[in-house]
Amino acid sequence: MSKRTALYQKHLDAGGKIVDFAGWEMPINYGSQLGEHKQVREHAGVFDVSHMTIVDITGADALAYLRKLVTNDVAKLDVPGRALYTGMLNESGGVVDDLIVYRLQEHYRLVVNCATRDKDIAWLAKVAKGFAVSLTERPELAILAVHGPEAIERVCSLLPAEWVTVVSALGNFRCVELKDWFIARTGYTGEKGLELMLPATLAPAFWDQLLAAGVLPIGLGARDTLRLEAGMNLYGHDMDESISPLAANMEQTISWLPPERDFVGRAAVTLHKQQQLEGNLPILTGLVLESRGVLREGQKVITDKGDGIITSGSFSPTLNCSIALARVPVQSSVCHVELRGGMTPVRLVKPNFVRFGKKVFE
Amino acid sequence: MSKPFRYAKSHEWVSVDESGVATVGISDFAQSALGDVVFVDLPAVGATVAASAEVAVVESVKAASDIYSPVSGEIVEINTELQSAPDLINSSPSEGGWLYRIKLSNLAELDGLLDEEAYAAVCA
Repeated sequence: MSKRTALYQKHLDAGGKIVDFAGWEMPINYGSQLGEHKQVREHAGVFDVSHMTIVDITGADALAYLRKLVTNDVAKLDVPGRALYTGMLNESGGVVDDLIVYRLQEHYRLVVNCATRDKDIAWLAKVAKGFAVSLTERPELAILAVHGPEAIERVCSLLPAEWVTVVSALGNFRCVELKDWFIARTGYTGEKGLELMLPATLAPAFWDQLLAAGVLPIGLGARDTLRLEAGMNLYGHDMDESISPLAANMEQTISWLPPERDFVGRAAVTLHKQQQLEGNLPILTGLVLESRGVLREGQKVITDKGDGIITSGSFSPTLNCSIALARVPVQSSVCHVELRGGMTPVRLVKPNFVRFGKKVFE
Repeated sequence: MSKPFRYAKSHEWVSVDESGVATVGISDFAQSALGDVVFVDLPAVGATVAASAEVAVVESVKAASDIYSPVSGEIVEINTELQSAPDLINSSPSEGGWLYRIKLSNLAELDGLLDEEAYAAVCA
């Protein structure tokens, strides 16, 4: 039984081409994925990401629980209105999911992936044993991500005047509750923008207002090329339960200090760290194909240090060539991918290709 | 390209002129399924191709697709504009997005292709 967000009819009205995404009927594009990608890089676009899962964490042990659950240290969120990106691991140090933790006035909010919802909910409940916490899903909220250099300005043009001051002043990874709305400076595109969580009943009217303000609807296709250009991981592709966060470019999401904080998977990932220091753990890196063709997930990467694999690959509309994320042996330098034309050289770069509309690697 | 199009089940179209030269492209259905085209690899002018053989590759954001020649013959012209503007295949699949022109070596092959109506049934 496939599910629809509150904006399903709006997607059809906008000419959305609907596909199944983890059991949800979602728009892959509204005509041109490339056009939508450029719209976000140059102006502003809106994504319906209401299929993602919101879980609110309340209770006396909420902080202690989250410090156990995730690799980043939620104690860093010293005041309400702050957010962080993190992974949560299983006991063997594999990535159960990646997520954002928001600190609100009275509680914490997690946003986890849609495709992993069922196992995440079970995992959250399992880790919660012994903690005085309540976990509450919020399916009655819609999530709209509005991104692009003009996004914040366009959203603010639609908000009540008393909200505009606070929303326009939000820094990156900051958030604010405004009545029954929650607005955060987070996203998945490498552009400035906002994620708005609002009652689903209000979402269709707000969607219409955004479109009237010149914000164009963006499908999941462009969402994927935007996040790939930004070097952001996609769960189930760039990492999963068998992959260490250290082999998925997620080391920056691990807070090793204080040493006594015993997050789930800490012992295992500490061993991964040792393997990494010994040169025995692969890395997730960026690839650029400077000739014609498109790198695709699953393609083998042949390096001077052994074989690797492409975990995400596509065409980069901003760079006008193909880019990929690939897991390869550490210290690889010479790198080829087998394409139609035979063994084709690809360049290894840091896994971050485009920020704020501009190429960022050397 | 005033003659009616005929189609292969593999979603290529053919339009033949009076001199026995056919223009070949991919259908609107095919371009829509592929999504935005970013690279096109075309055969060399002068190459001889057989019907149903791989003749070109159309690569979109989503996937690479082999193009099979619906007819046999010698390539007499390719659409060089696609090199810099592959998106013509999306915006104009049956006109500006044509792929190549081929001098037919076996006119009878046209009889094995589908007319508009039969092709529409394949896409339904």
